[in-house]
Amino acid sequence: MGYDLKMRIWRGNEAAGELQDYTVEVSEGEVVLDAIHRVQATQAGDLAVRWNCKAGKCGSCSAEINGRPRLLCMTRLSDFDETETITVTPMRTFPVIRDLVTDVSFNYEKAKELPSFAPPPRDADGKRRMAQVDVERGQEFRKCIECFLCQNTCHVVRDHEDNKPAFAGPRFFLRYAELDMHPLDTHDRRQLAQGAAGLGMCNITKCCTEVCPEGIKITDNAIIPMKERVADKKYDPLVWLGNKIGLRNKDYDGRSEG
Amino acid sequence: MSDRHPMTGNRMSADEAAGVHGFERHTHDVVVIGAGGAGLRAAIAAHEAGAKTAIVCKSLLGKAHTVMAEGGIAAAMGNRWPEDNWEVHFRDTMRGGKMLNNWRMAQLHAQEAPERVQELEDWGALFDRTEDGLISQRDFGGHRYARLAHVGDRTGLEMIRTLQQRAVALGIDVFMECTITELLKDGDKISGAFGYWRETGRFVTFEAPSVILATGGIGKSFKVTSNSWEYTGDGHALALRAGASLINMEFVQFHPTGMVWPPSVKGLLVTESVRGDGGILRNSEGKRFMFDYIPEFFKKETADTEEEADRWYDDKKNNRRPPELLPRDEVARAINSEIKAGRGSPHGGIFLDIASRRDPEYIRKRLPSMYHQFKELADVDITAEPMEIGPTCHYVMGGVEVDPDTEESSVTGLYAVGECSGGMHGSNRLGGNSLSDLLVFGRRAGEAAAAYASGLGEERPYVDPQVVLAAQDPALAAFEREGGTENPYTVQQDLQQTMNDLVGIIRKAEELSASLEEIEKFKQRADQVVVEGHRQFNPGWHLSIDLRNMLLVSECIAKAALAREESRGGHTRDDFPKPSEEWGAKNLVLRLNAAGTGVDLSEQPLPVMPDELKTFFEER
Repeated sequence: MGYDLKMRIWRGNEAAGELQDYTVEVSEGEVVLDAIHRVQATQAGDLAVRWNCKAGKCGSCSAEINGRPRLLCMTRLSDFDETETITVTPMRTFPVIRDLVTDVSFNYEKAKELPSFAPPPRDADGKRRMAQVDVERGQEFRKCIECFLCQNTCHVVRDHEDNKPAFAGPRFFLRYAELDMHPLDTHDRRQLAQGAAGLGMCNITKCCTEVCPEGIKITDNAIIPMKERVADKKYDPLVWLGNKIGLRNKDYDGRSEG
Repeated sequence: MSDRHPMTGNRMSADEAAGVHGFERHTHDVVVIGAGGAGLRAAIAAHEAGAKTAIVCKSLLGKAHTVMAEGGIAAAMGNRWPEDNWEVHFRDTMRGGKMLNNWRMAQLHAQEAPERVQELEDWGALFDRTEDGLISQRDFGGHRYARLAHVGDRTGLEMIRTLQQRAVALGIDVFMECTITELLKDGDKISGAFGYWRETGRFVTFEAPSVILATGGIGKSFKVTSNSWEYTGDGHALALRAGASLINMEFVQFHPTGMVWPPSVKGLLVTESVRGDGGILRNSEGKRFMFDYIPEFFKKETADTEEEADRWYDDKKNNRRPPELLPRDEVARAINSEIKAGRGSPHGGIFLDIASRRDPEYIRKRLPSMYHQFKELADVDITAEPMEIGPTCHYVMGGVEVDPDTEESSVTGLYAVGECSGGMHGSNRLGGNSLSDLLVFGRRAGEAAAAYASGLGEERPYVDPQVVLAAQDPALAAFEREGGTENPYTVQQDLQQTMNDLVGIIRKAEELSASLEEIEKFKQRADQVVVEGHRQFNPGWHLSIDLRNMLLVSECIAKAALAREESRGGHTRDDFPKPSEEWGAKNLVLRLNAAGTGVDLSEQPLPVMPDELKTFFEER
């Protein structure tokens, strides 16, 4: 059952670092995070790694395993050959703090730029009514566990530090889409998504969708529809005509920009 | 960028950059420790009441243990069953806690939960809907009506994201990955909190007349637990050291359904919604055994045939609840007995079966994260085969003793909410009552803490620089100790094993006494812990500090469990298997001893419920 796993783990800080070799005993059914915890408990007490739930629900333990962005807690050792060396490195897009821990404050700064949900007043009985089918679009996006693997993978920022100020990234395009598709939201967020969030910089290579541990179809269900909605607003002659003669796309009825 | 903290980006004023003691310093009206549901809700309330508010949390924002809550938020909104109301919810809660709950907290909770849920929707939460478009409500153990507002089986994530986004939108200061190690006091009043940045290891002081503890539970003292690393009883221990009291610490909830295989996920939660949505428990002989374990206390409201139990899901008026939906303590004990009797599953659990009872489409829709969790981590398709499950340490009913209306502890300016507070759930918490607890009492504490701070005017408690300087010593001890021999991870693992073996789901006097002796030895070992490396993001060092808290709360649990000679809710004594009327009228209270090395125990009468509430429990 058990065997000795060979691992290479990146150790270091913002100034310098290198891959270090570890051999650690692992057993059936374990995940990469188990192996890292065992290294920590027995060989390197100061090995820095973020984790919380160890169940794929909190999105803390994001890293790159053999170069692929993954959650450490949801990557099973049985996905690898027992003789294979598993290499674990920190997410590349964010500055390293120490070992596998990166400074993800970029994401928290971007979160602050998002305008919040703006609902109309409640119904007369103090409740709100929405159809299940209408909330499901947004619910898919709200499954996001904020692991930031999509942000890490997105080539707009992965190798282009200078794009960061103008680009919110896939995680926040999800949020714009969620609000835009919210059955009760009163704001039209298309302009903001295109302008401040840099939606236009995305050229839909779908890398974000590929790495999403929640299986959210970020590109197909959020980014592309948002791009279409933006395009509708900007270029669609029918929308232009509709606006002129007082007909509007119902999705935006009663919504104000912001 | 010079006015912003280099790690967090939080804005700092000139005098905040360095206090007189030389440490980074921040001044607020209200400081909330913990950013789970309770902490976020408290911070939002304090901010909205006009207080300058800070949230300080050990992890990144949005990662707190609340994300693990699956089933839902219990609130008598009456969206599915118009018969439901706060009185029924109050009654269910008190009966679930075996009448040991603080009646006033249970009352406020039942009355205010519906509005707290509705409020989440105002802030952007997207709950599942009824056919009429209202917030859907699902069945759960111990609740008479379908009452849990939910989002599939990821309700906690929805709640934390909603509150997080609200807090960010309001511009509340958030100090992430910052651990508080001591509370600061001026005489008998709170004056602030002291801690360190996990990223840099540097110390930081928060000056505030109001501190709200919202640190969650203690599960990491046990080996098999559904809790995350953060659950080291920080708030419990900080409160004790600041002079506050804890109650109900003997009551630890072992959730009946945790994963048992593979070993690396042992203890991971399997939501009660599986049973609420039709799942049943079977032993290795295929028997639906819960019918053999219906206690006298719940006989009148529990179905005694499979036929009646199955009819209940659609017709609650004419049928009684399936025994699988008894409160968690009852189900966990039953499972434990079946396993001990040799009727367990191959990996030492029992079977939880929804595959043979509901169609795959329904299961995937209602329980998406359970489907995902078993598929990814155990290679089990829950739409086609049963799950193997067993009890796991899930929740501590005990916590800081607080005023029911304001959540203030016995220390002026110190408040506690959520899992780290005590009283609300009595001896056993009903599923779904935790998320509503966080919201109801989070808001109350936030408002009370803000009101107290604003009432002080200029007369604020003073932070003594000498006290602050002294606070760094215990935190740094593990670096400076010479000749220390203990590894913090090893001491933690040994403690977890001991608590699991000796203070677990079934307890007896000899084992509890033995556990207390062991805990004394662990304290000595903890004093010999050394850590390697430096102060920058060093998990070994962090653990060496958390260990101190884990030991203190473990002692509280073991001591109270030894004293309470009866079985009630989350406390089962092999040597005292029945509840006793005498014990049912009192709480056990724990305080730090004079030497500060352990805890003292005393008894205290339970607050008496007013007569008009007692009528809810009469036969109807």
